[in-house]
Amino acid sequence: MTTSHESGKQEMQTSVKPSSLADVANAKAPKTPGTSALGTGLETRGVHAWFGKHHALSNISLDFAAGTVTALIGPSGCGKSTFIRTINRMHEFIPGAAMAGEVLLDGKDVYAPGTDVTKIRLQIGMVFQKPNPFPSMTIGENVLSGLKLAQLKVDNKDDLLEECLERAGLWNEVKDRLGAHGGSLSGGQQQRLCIARALAVRPQVLLMDEPCSALDPGSTLRIEDTIRHLSDTMTIIIVTHNMQQAARVSDYTAFFLSDGGPGQMIEVAPTSEIFSRPQDSRTESYVTGRFG
Amino acid sequence: MTMTPAPTKPWAASTKDRTIDGAIFGGALLSSYLLVFLTPLKGKLAYFVCFFIAYAIFTTSIKGLQRGNAAAKDALVNSLVAVGAIVTVIPAASILATVLKKGLPGISFGLFTHDMALATPTDPLSNGGLLHAITGTLTLMVLALIMSVPIGILTALYLTEIKGRFTGPIRFLVQAMSGVPSIVAGLFILSAILYPITKAYSGFMGALALTILMIPTIARTSEEVLNLIPNDLREAGTALGGTQWRTVAMIVLPAARSGLVTAVILGVARIAGETAPILLLTGGGDKVNPNAFNGPMGSLPYYIWKSFNAGSPEAITRAWAGLLVLVGLVLFLFTSARFLGSRKVSK
Repeated sequence: MTTSHESGKQEMQTSVKPSSLADVANAKAPKTPGTSALGTGLETRGVHAWFGKHHALSNISLDFAAGTVTALIGPSGCGKSTFIRTINRMHEFIPGAAMAGEVLLDGKDVYAPGTDVTKIRLQIGMVFQKPNPFPSMTIGENVLSGLKLAQLKVDNKDDLLEECLERAGLWNEVKDRLGAHGGSLSGGQQQRLCIARALAVRPQVLLMDEPCSALDPGSTLRIEDTIRHLSDTMTIIIVTHNMQQAARVSDYTAFFLSDGGPGQMIEVAPTSEIFSRPQDSRTESYVTGRFG
Repeated sequence: MTMTPAPTKPWAASTKDRTIDGAIFGGALLSSYLLVFLTPLKGKLAYFVCFFIAYAIFTTSIKGLQRGNAAAKDALVNSLVAVGAIVTVIPAASILATVLKKGLPGISFGLFTHDMALATPTDPLSNGGLLHAITGTLTLMVLALIMSVPIGILTALYLTEIKGRFTGPIRFLVQAMSGVPSIVAGLFILSAILYPITKAYSGFMGALALTILMIPTIARTSEEVLNLIPNDLREAGTALGGTQWRTVAMIVLPAARSGLVTAVILGVARIAGETAPILLLTGGGDKVNPNAFNGPMGSLPYYIWKSFNAGSPEAITRAWAGLLVLVGLVLFLFTSARFLGSRKVSK
């Protein structure tokens, strides 16, 4: 039924050509269960979002268990990015934005009155579609910029720097030029630098908004590797247009769709299920490349 | 095995084309000379006008004969554009040349080491100098900078980062302020502060008026520079847990640094040659006065004005020398602004 080249959106082929996306999804190493240090995860209840009068997102209730990777897939304009931006409260920066519903981090609503927004964003990190290292800072300063921004103190900055770059898979490439400017790196390296920067403040949750869409296949593979490793210590939500990527990195996949009205969540299931036995016919059409 | 062909430029003008262009230019020169010689037209201006008209007619008709109507129009517009560019350059070059020619005889080492406390403008040039005017102008600039840079940049930050309810009116006011004639700023300080409060001329009064003139330039240029900083960076800063102020201070301002420097220098250049408020407010002393809050303070524009008024040949030469120093200062500031601004604003 589902062969790998049916998806028109795939950006690359893996070296061992899998017979189906479901096989790709099954080929991942089994996850170790989340430890208690991860918290109890993230949950959204009935999240709606508006831009002015435009109802962009309707009634999204999703559970993100601690230490899992969840991929959000769906055609452009179905509200995936809007959804993750409601999670770390970046949605509210858009003039005219409004929302409804609850986003529970460890059981506490991030929209509860009196919540310190900057603390929320420290706990829920974000990696953007376009690599955006800070141009006035060196590689090292970029990684540690979150600490300075939030005025956090750490005992050993050098250790943290090495650890974050190591986890982002960039350490070996930049260890000799930490003083160079972030802009001197290639696009893929810049994106890994942005991941390292997000890791330095030790978030519980990492949101990734199409982190590989501006990158070449090689860099994409590196970042997918990084995501798999990171999921041992944090909860990851990744928006992607690349079905192969969703199959390769995620434990769960949620399919979003807008039928002209607000974006809705059509189906969520373990990734291998979504790609082998989708419950909804629209999901099946999408994952087999019949539309979108 | 294939031979590597010699590199050629098939799009370059051929010798024949160049000969024709040269002939058009020469023909235009010749006919402008003949026209001025044969008709009552007189003067340099007549040569310029005749030359450009002849050049436009020749080049249009020859290109038209060679390549048709479209080429003729193209040639005509090209020559009009060239006229525009040259007409812009001529006055600037002419002013510079005049100032250099008349000012250089007045420049000597003593000019930069003496003030006019013991000399009058009509004294021989070896007496006195314009040290007091240079120090005065620099003092006025520094004071105006100290006051206008924070206000200007904070205004720009309000317009680009906070985008509050008053953004529209404030942007409108800033734009309107940049058109305020300098004499109005001078009279305002005179009537609002000098007469009712301090009742004495001082450098500080002049600096206040200059600040009024400088703020709009700095605010508008800074606003444009800050608008160039991609929003991604602001979002990235916020997503890392920075408050808006921390994000602006740590990320937006450093990224815009070179552009902000340009804004400040443009502001300084705006006021460096300002004369009207200085005449009204500083009192124009003749000796070096390090205290901007007490006693009259000299400045280059004031020195030039005073020397021209004195009228003797020595005084006039002094005035031209002062002009040369002032033009040199402004030119230096503009050049550094261009230099700093041409290094691209970091993205």
